[in-house]
Formats: sequence, C-alpha cells, structure tokens
Amino acid sequence: MNVLLIALLAVPLLGAALTLAPLGERAALRLGVGTTGAVLAGTVALAAWFDHSAPARMQAVTDAAWIPAIGVRFHLGVDGISLPLLVLTALLTFLCAVYSTKRLPDGPGARAFTGLVLLLEVGMLATFVALDLVLFFLAFEIVLIPMYFLIARWGSGAKVPAANRFILYTLFGSALMLLGFLLIGSQAGTFDLTQLATAHGSGLTRTTQVIAALAILTGLAVKAPAFPLHSWLPDAHTAAPTVGSVLLAGVLLKMGTYGLVRVLLPVVPDGTATLAPYLGALAAVGIVYGSLACLALARPGAKGDLKRLIAYSSVGHMGFVLLGIASLTPTGVNGALFANIGHGLITGLLFFLVGAVKDRYGTADLDTLAGATGAALYGRAPRIGGLLAFAAVASLGLPGLAGFWGELLAMYGAFDPAAGLSRPAFLTYLVLAGLGTLLTAAYLLVVVKRVCMGDPKQTGPEIADLKAYEAVSWTPLAALTVVAGLWPALLLGLSDPAVKHLLGGG
Amino acid sequence: MPASTPLLLGQPAMTPLAVADPGTLVQSVDWVAIAPPLVAALAGLVVLVADLFLKGSQKKALSWLAIGGLTAALAALLPLALGSGTRSTFCLADGGCSYTADHFALAFQLLALGGALIAALLSAHTVDKDGLPAGEYWFLLLSSAAGAALLPAARDLATLIVALEVASLPAFALVALRRDGRGAEAALKFFLSSVTATAVMLLGVSFVYAATGTLHLSAIAEALTTAPGQLKHLAEAGAVLTLVGFAFKTAAVPFHFWVPDTYVGAPVPVAGYLSVVGKAAGLAGLALVTTVAFRPYGHTWGLVLAVLAAVTMTAGNVAALRQRAAAPNGAVRLLAWSSVSQAGYLLVPLAAAGYAGDDHPVGATVAYALVYGVVNLGAFAVVAATGHSRLDDFQGLFARNRWAALALAFFLLCLAGLPPGVVGLFGKVVVFRAAVDAGLGWLAVVMAVNVVVALYYYLTWTAKLFATAPEAPRTRIPGPLTATLALTASVAAVLSVAPQLVLQVVSGTLF
Repeated sequence: MNVLLIALLAVPLLGAALTLAPLGERAALRLGVGTTGAVLAGTVALAAWFDHSAPARMQAVTDAAWIPAIGVRFHLGVDGISLPLLVLTALLTFLCAVYSTKRLPDGPGARAFTGLVLLLEVGMLATFVALDLVLFFLAFEIVLIPMYFLIARWGSGAKVPAANRFILYTLFGSALMLLGFLLIGSQAGTFDLTQLATAHGSGLTRTTQVIAALAILTGLAVKAPAFPLHSWLPDAHTAAPTVGSVLLAGVLLKMGTYGLVRVLLPVVPDGTATLAPYLGALAAVGIVYGSLACLALARPGAKGDLKRLIAYSSVGHMGFVLLGIASLTPTGVNGALFANIGHGLITGLLFFLVGAVKDRYGTADLDTLAGATGAALYGRAPRIGGLLAFAAVASLGLPGLAGFWGELLAMYGAFDPAAGLSRPAFLTYLVLAGLGTLLTAAYLLVVVKRVCMGDPKQTGPEIADLKAYEAVSWTPLAALTVVAGLWPALLLGLSDPAVKHLLGGG
Repeated sequence: MPASTPLLLGQPAMTPLAVADPGTLVQSVDWVAIAPPLVAALAGLVVLVADLFLKGSQKKALSWLAIGGLTAALAALLPLALGSGTRSTFCLADGGCSYTADHFALAFQLLALGGALIAALLSAHTVDKDGLPAGEYWFLLLSSAAGAALLPAARDLATLIVALEVASLPAFALVALRRDGRGAEAALKFFLSSVTATAVMLLGVSFVYAATGTLHLSAIAEALTTAPGQLKHLAEAGAVLTLVGFAFKTAAVPFHFWVPDTYVGAPVPVAGYLSVVGKAAGLAGLALVTTVAFRPYGHTWGLVLAVLAAVTMTAGNVAALRQRAAAPNGAVRLLAWSSVSQAGYLLVPLAAAGYAGDDHPVGATVAYALVYGVVNLGAFAVVAATGHSRLDDFQGLFARNRWAALALAFFLLCLAGLPPGVVGLFGKVVVFRAAVDAGLGWLAVVMAVNVVVALYYYLTWTAKLFATAPEAPRTRIPGPLTATLALTASVAAVLSVAPQLVLQVVSGTLF
C-alpha cells in the first residue's frame, strides 16, 4: 500500500463530493483551487520522492485484491512514463481552477462546475496510475460524464450536439476497447498490466493478439484522436468552454496515446507489429489532413473559428505522436511521449489565449477578428499578442521550445523503424510528416499575421491586455515550454528506460 | 436437526399396515430450510385476517405488518447463508429432494424477498394515496413474494409450476387493483398471455413426465440420457414447450408484448415488482429447468436461448429508442422496454451454460440479476417518488430535488453500465465473460452493440435531469419513499465500491 497515489485520487474525489454541500459560489471556486492545488503539491512531492535512478520500475505501488471473482486488482503505480503526465494533469487542472475563479464560463453555477472539474481530475489521474486493465478502463470512462456536462452546459454554440457526438464516439471506442481487454484477460488469465508486460505477449496466440490489438487500437484511436476517427474533436473544442478545451486537448487526448504505450506495445506486441504500418499511415494522413484543414480555416473569407483551427492542429500534432508510437522504436516512442507533454503545454496555452481573445471580442471567428487589416493584438494588447505569437511558434516546432523535440524524435523513429516494419512505407510517412511540418508553420504564421499584426489605430472595442489572473495561470505553461525545449533530458531521462522496458529491451 | 415434526406424505395416516416399511413414508421437514417462503406466506395470511378486524384508519398498520413480514423472511435467510452445507427437505427415500436451499436458491430468494421488500416500501405510500384496498393488496404482494421465493428452491417440476403460479396469479390481481380502465385492461392482457403460457408449459411438463417417468429435475436429466429412442421426440417437444412458459415470465421476445402495457397499467410499485421479482422467478425457473433437468440437450437449448437473448435485447432496445420524451407514461414505458433488453443480457449466461455443458456460467446470471434488481427498483422508486409520468417531466429534476435526481442518474448509469455506475459495468463484464468463455463470440458482439445503443436512451434521460429547468416548486418526497431511495442508492453505491460482495456468486458453487 502506498498512501500518496491513493491520496492523489481521494483528495479531488472528496472535493467533488463536498461540492454537493450547500456552498456559496465563491467558496466553491476556492474549494476548487485548494483541492487542485493540494493535488499539484502532491504530484510535485511524488516527483521529488520518485527514484529517478530507476524510472523503469513501478514506484509508489499499491496492489490489493479488489474483485477476486473476476481477477480485478486495485493496482496503482507510477513509472517514468506516467510521472510527467501526472504532473501535467495536476498542473493544468490547477491552472484551470485558478483561471475559473475570475472567469467562470456562463452556465449553471460554480458549485456544479467545480465538482465536475474535480471529478474529471480523478478520472484523468487514475488513468495514468492504473495498472490493471479493468481499472484503466474505469478511469478512462470516468472522465466522460464530467466532460460531457462541461461541454453541454457551459459551452457555447451548438453545444449539446457537440457533447452528444463526443460521448457517443468515445463510448463506441471504449466498448470496443473493453472487449479487447476482456479477450486479453480471458486468454492470459490476468488483467494485471505489469504481469502482462513482463509476459510480453507470450501465452497469447497471434490471432488473439491481432484481434485484441485491433479492438484496443480502435478504442484508443478515437480518443487520441487518429484520422479518420477524429471528427468529434473540432465540434467538441469549438463548443467547449475554455477550461474544457484546455483539459480536453491537454490531458484527455493524451489518455489515448498513453494507453497505446502502456497497454498496446507491451501486452500484445505481435498484434501491434501487425497493425503498426496502418497506424503509421493513418498518423501521416492525419498530420497532412490536420494542417490542410487548418490552412483552409486560416484563409481570409473562410469564416474559420480559431478554436476549431487549434482543434484541427491537435489532430496534426497527435499524428506525430501516433507516428512515433507506430515506429515501435525507443526513439519514436520517446518522441511520442515528449510530444504528448509538449502538446499538452503548448495547446493548453493556446486554448487559454484563444479563450481570452474570444472573451474580449465576443467571437473567435477569424474573419471578424482580423477585419480588413488584422486584429493588431501587438498594438492593442501587446502582452497577449506576444504570448500568442510565442505559443504559435512553439506549436510549429521551433527548436528550443517544447514542440521541437517530440516531433523530431518521432520523425527520427519513422526514419529507422523497428525490425520487421517496412522501411519504404515509413519513409513515405516521414516525407508526409515533413510536409506536415511545413504546412503547420504556414498556417500558424498566417494566424499570427492575421491576429497579432494589423493596423493598431483601427476602430473597435477597447481591448484589455493581460490581466493578473491570466498571467498567473499562463506563465507556468510558457515557462515550462521553454524549460522542456532547452532541457529535454529532464523528460527523456525519465521516459527512456521505461520505454525500453515496455518494448521488451531491458 | 432444528425444530422438526414428523409428517406423513403420500399415504393416508390410517393405512400404515399396508406398507412393508412404514419408516420410508415418514419424514422430517427441515423448517429452517423452508422458512423464507413460509414466513412470507404466513405473513400474507396474517395480513388477510388482520384486515378483517381493522377499521379504516387503522389499516395503515397492515403495511408495517407486511414490511415486517418480508423483513422477517429475509432474516430467515441468514441462518441458511451462514450455516455450512446445503439443506434439503421433502426428500424421497431413493434420493431426489423437492426443496433444496443451495446457494442458487438463496441468491434468488434474496432477490425475490429483497425486491418484494423494496416494492412494499414503495407501495406504502401508493396504497394510501390511490386508495387501494390495503388488506387485499398486501396479501397479494406477500403471496406472490412467497411463490417467487419458493420457486428457486423447488427441485421437481410440480413444485416448480405450483410456485410459478403462486407467484403469478396474485400479480394479475395486483395489476388490476388500480381502479381505472387501464388497470383492468393491463391485467386482462397479462392474465390471458400468462395463462396461455402456463397451459403450454403444462403440456410440455406432461410430455417430459411421459417420456422420463419422473418429475425430479436431476432424475429427469438421467432419464433423458437413457430414454428409449421412440420417446426422444416426445421428450424434446416437452422440453421446448416447458421453456416457452418460463420465457414468457422473463419477458423474452416473442413473449414480451404484455410488458409495456402491463407496467403502465399497474401501480408503479407493482410495475417495479414485476420487473424484478417476476422476472427473477422466471429466470430462476429457466435456469433450473435448463441446466439441471434438460442438461443432456444443452446444445439445443443453448442455441435457442442464445438466439432468444440476442433478439430480446435488440428488440427491447429498439423499442426503448423509439420512446418519445413527450409521450404520456413515457418513463415507465421506457423502463419497461429497458427491462426487456436487460432480460436479454440475463439470458446470455444461461445460453453459455448450454454450450459449456456445466452450470458454472449461471453465476453470472445470478450476479447480474441481483445488481439489476437493486438498480431497477431504485429507478422505479424515483419514478414513484417524483410522480412524473412523461420523460419530459424529469427535465431539470436536479434543480427541484437534488438527491432524487442524483439517485436516478446513478441508477440509470448502473443500468447503462457506465462509471460511476461501476456495479452495472461489472455485472455486464461477467455476463460478457460467460459468453466469451463458452465460445459465444457472436453473442458477445451483439451484446456489446446493444450495450452501446442502450447508452443513448439512458444518457438522454440522465442529461434531462440536469437540464435547466422550467420554474417549478421544490417537491417533498414522503418518508417511506425517501427511505426506499436511500436504501437502494446506498446498496448500489456500496456495491459499486465493493463489487466483490455480489460478484462472489460468479466464482462460487451454486448447486
């Protein structure tokens, strides 16, 4: 038994339960900040306590029988792969809670909002620490309902259809994934992820592995999202409130790719190897498709919504993550995990910024914002304009910022894929991905040009520059983007041994 | 042996001289073993007699008498559950017992009596408010519960059918107690289709008896394997006809048409009672007949039940999907169709038992039935407590009555099998596993599709609860209904944290 991880899950759950008590609006928001702050402190303590010399080993393990009747264990633990994601989740949720104290989205009230965000945090954290397939599935599902309500109640525009689409897509995926888990459980005789990873597929026939891998891959690909299962994402992001978008892009998408690394690679290696070329192809198509969609949205006259544009850019960025995983090499998977964190930081920041722009202008429609010359944020709100430009260049993968290393390593993995994978195929994907980076740079620069530049003397509403609460909730993200860009070894040193362990090499 | 009394069976007491060894005719009855159904039946009689002596305003006491009787019947399960070994009684000298209180029987008795208790708690308010005749109502409910509790322990076809009829006949009258045209019509529909099913089943039983020469379930299984060739068709026809009767009680397609009209026409607590206890009785009978008596025909009825399960869950879901939110009685109707599709899931492990050739998968049915019983009665409890009939009436319930809305959302998510309704999810997982282990992959896939489809209507209803509300006054819920809600919700919550409590029946021995 290890108290720390259980406390990390229990504290937000308790906080969510407390919001059922009759609290005032202010008190509820303060409760949210306090609880998520405590969780963040907990994850930082965990990261400090973590034995950095052995990141491949599961640490802070709790392993207790939960439902012996069907062999489900309450098994939690962290290693070098889950630790950064855990900290990222706690950080983003805390920042969202801080942001919400001053800028609560319009909806049914602060109490329910706080309760849902805390419940969401329980699910997200539990996903990253669960070491039992069924527990993982449960955690994976817990996030759905809070996110559904965050979109459907606190969103804007066509929020209910978007929320319905989100939940139906992901439920369909989860049901398939559960079938895959059950198949593995019935064939291997255990749901325990560490045991399954140690067995590395032995005891599962090739057919079983392929079927299970297909079911699990489809389920996780919905969440990631991989082309062509991504079509719920732009609607959900467009409708979601800022905080919902930040958590959706920053953490929920990562649950899909994390599941691929944690479950698919080590548990059904043969099945994964069979499907990897297809995953790589979808990833490459996703990269190009996402950037082309963004380019189309960024054009003048396209009536492109900025949030929608960033959602499509997420499809492209997650394509790099998937490509790295599909290469099945330590380099590629490390790159994927790095890109996960990088995307979480950068896109989280981008959604915050776009949310702020939308609040100030009342719209996120690019044409309305830009007007004839451009929105001229540099002139009218220089700090916000500067941050937006910073996030955009980080997102396009400028060396020295967090977006660079992950995509570079993922492409490097595709350049030299694991033995047994078709090299020409992966070289093709590499070329497509390279084309994608160019297109990404193109649309992000167009966005910066149209939003940040322009005639500062144009008539329009007075725009407030960066406010204190915004600075507080955004600075950590910007700072970490720089830190991760300049000091990639911080993350790679943690993930590399764990990745090699999961891939069966040590 | 606890309190036991000699009893003569089979022969009048004055002719012992004609029998060579009178000892074989004398047997002791294990009163502890038969206590659960017996206590319920006696409580029913006490209520009926007490009704004669109580004046109008005193009749309220009858409800407490009935609730007390059911609680006592549940308490009578304790010594059986805690004691070691299986108790049997009414045995023949050559083996073959008519009543066995094994784990299977105890689990279903818990479901029948517990379900009846919750229905009784719900009814206390309804009987008062709708002016139903109290004495009759409680007598009928207790009799039906006694029958439903007797059924899972019955181990010969005659006892089985008597128990099934004891469980059903009072139910017709219960449905008819609502004194409007709809109640009478619902009862008539229920009665006619049920009686037809019983007649068909009796024909089947007589065929089986003719072919095997015995009524005891385990003896039938032996006799079927050794039956002479020319009787084989008779036995098979008998088996099929017997199954039809039980399929009707579980409301499996195509014997499900009575369900929605009957549920809507009946008082809401009775509808809840029928959806859980009535169904449990049918399922228990089906499980006994198939896995014990007709075991040699496993592959035949396994296939039949698998097809039945697939069709039932699909038909129930399709009909539930077509429910319009503004339709009158939409809530009960939706629950009725959802109960049809849930019956489909419940049949899956039984079909798997046919393929697996042993009774191990039946544990999944027992576990799922227990889970379903709690959460479905809980959902009916909220419908009864709020008094809403259309689905649209539930719009914004959260704003009017926070706890009722949260409880209903939890029950619906349990029925859907979505966290935080963890226990519903695991109930489905064990059912899935039973199907996969028995090699019924196609049925598992059909079920998976159905589970996802069903999410739609459960979630739409759940989302409605939290929608912004049209202004309406906060409503207060009467005491017994609050108690029922608290009871079912806390049981479901406890089971969600510790599913092992109910899922242990999956790994243990049943018979």
